[in-house]
Amino acid sequence: MAYLAQYNYWVVVVLMMIGLYVVVSHGNLVKKLMGLSIFQTSVFILYISMGKVDGGTAPILEEGISVYSNPLPHVLILTAIVVGVATMALGLALVVRIKEAYGSIEEGDIQEKDKQSC
Amino acid sequence: MMIVVDVVSWVFIVLGTFLCFSGSVGLFRFPDFFTRLHAASVTDTLGSGLILVALVLQAGSEWLVTMKLLFILAFIFLTSPTSGHALAKAAIHAGQKPKTSDANEAS
Amino acid sequence: MLNVGSHCAIGGLNIDFLINIVLLGFLVCTALAIVFTKNLLASAMLTGIYSLLTAGFFVVMDAVDVAFTEASVGAGIATILMLSTLKLTGFDEDPARHNVKAGLLAVCGVGVLLLYGIVDMPVFGSPTAPVHMHVAPHYIYQSMAEIGMPNIVTSVLASYRGYDTFGETVVVFTAGIGVLALLGASNHVPQSRVAPMSQHIILRVVSKVLIPPIFLFALYVQFHGDYGPGGGFQAGVIFAAAIILYSMIFGLDTARSVISQPLIRLLSAFGVMLYGCVGIVSLLNGHNFLDYSALAHDPLHGQHYGILLVELGVGITVASVMILIFFNFASRVDMVQEEQ
Repeated sequence: MAYLAQYNYWVVVVLMMIGLYVVVSHGNLVKKLMGLSIFQTSVFILYISMGKVDGGTAPILEEGISVYSNPLPHVLILTAIVVGVATMALGLALVVRIKEAYGSIEEGDIQEKDKQSC
Repeated sequence: MMIVVDVVSWVFIVLGTFLCFSGSVGLFRFPDFFTRLHAASVTDTLGSGLILVALVLQAGSEWLVTMKLLFILAFIFLTSPTSGHALAKAAIHAGQKPKTSDANEAS
Repeated sequence: MLNVGSHCAIGGLNIDFLINIVLLGFLVCTALAIVFTKNLLASAMLTGIYSLLTAGFFVVMDAVDVAFTEASVGAGIATILMLSTLKLTGFDEDPARHNVKAGLLAVCGVGVLLLYGIVDMPVFGSPTAPVHMHVAPHYIYQSMAEIGMPNIVTSVLASYRGYDTFGETVVVFTAGIGVLALLGASNHVPQSRVAPMSQHIILRVVSKVLIPPIFLFALYVQFHGDYGPGGGFQAGVIFAAAIILYSMIFGLDTARSVISQPLIRLLSAFGVMLYGCVGIVSLLNGHNFLDYSALAHDPLHGQHYGILLVELGVGITVASVMILIFFNFASRVDMVQEEQ
């Protein structure tokens, strides 16, 4: 099944493209953050896929098991997930304040208002 | 003895899978929100419940695994009817009406 | 025993890889659904499903700790935060799109470049890939002798890469401060009103039954992280989830009278400080910063104490920052509703 050997990485690229597209083309700021989180998850999937070893088990030492998956990507991604949600919360808080200041969270409306106030 | 356990757990797995499958078919085919919710909660509760029972039978002498599975079973039986109830209540609150035959005739 | 394990193979693919293919396929479908759904509420719920699928994928990839984190963070907290933001900003999206052509061009360009890069990637699951050659074998084969813990992820997280994790904890803390600065400055005095879900008797009863086991489970995850999947990050998030559930069912004011805001602020700083103090104590004992061998006569015992304290610090900070963030969002929602 050689043609499926890099299936995970293709999915990573597709998800990354979807996330990037949302960030570029959607005007709604919450939607942009959702796109950003899809983008972020694609990176997580890339790391975790690289850590997998064929026939390995979860990296918790046990008698009679000799093949483990690579623990290092797991550590990096574990902390990245929690940091990711914390930063997303910060982004959402910014969105709430933008809504209060501009009355809208659509990129177009915000830029319009900025132009008028100049 | 082993073969009996195996056969019983296969029966449970096949039944559970069938319920999951029929639940997802119902989710697509049923006409309104409430019947669809009904299909989804059958999948949630009984489908996954039966599969978990089969897994408990397969856990054998590993009592820790058995206990963990039983805990999962208990929590699923608590939470998934509750979430179904909450969904139905939210739908009523939002003005969704069950589609009855009277309503069909009226419309 | 059933013969359904990693031995079972269909058409040259083992069952794990088939599950992998199906899960990733679902992920792409969900991501597309998030993009094309016009209603933001539905999109937010879909991100919850997306996270849960990712968690399932992580389990298939043997990353149990990560799956744990993703399930509690992504499917739990992140979705709730998004929903409360949407409550404040409105559920409808403007259908107008900007820079569609330029965007598609840029995205396709990036995609082509990435695909070109992927051609050189080692085969998926290959044990001789460069990732597995350098530091990972040391962690896998030496950590039992050096740290003395079965869960390698915890050893690496809290000891080998303790400095890194300290940084991450500080980032979480900083994000908490940022949210507090943006949303928390209001002197909002809650009016006495009935709890939002006082009508929902079933929800109240079931959540009363569920909340104590959730707390207990959080503590188990916190202190069993050395031996099984778990640790401070997951435990903190689960702990926060229980309190968030409580405040959603019984009202924010009730939750606030249980856990006061100043206490939570203090605790979020205390966790970071606990982490840093462990490092400083090992410095004062003549070892490197965060080298826990300095904490006891036997280096292995020192490692155990160090990891326990550090994970506790992480757990306290993560839990209190998550609670803090939720409280600030929720009180903002309450304030806006009162104004109307």
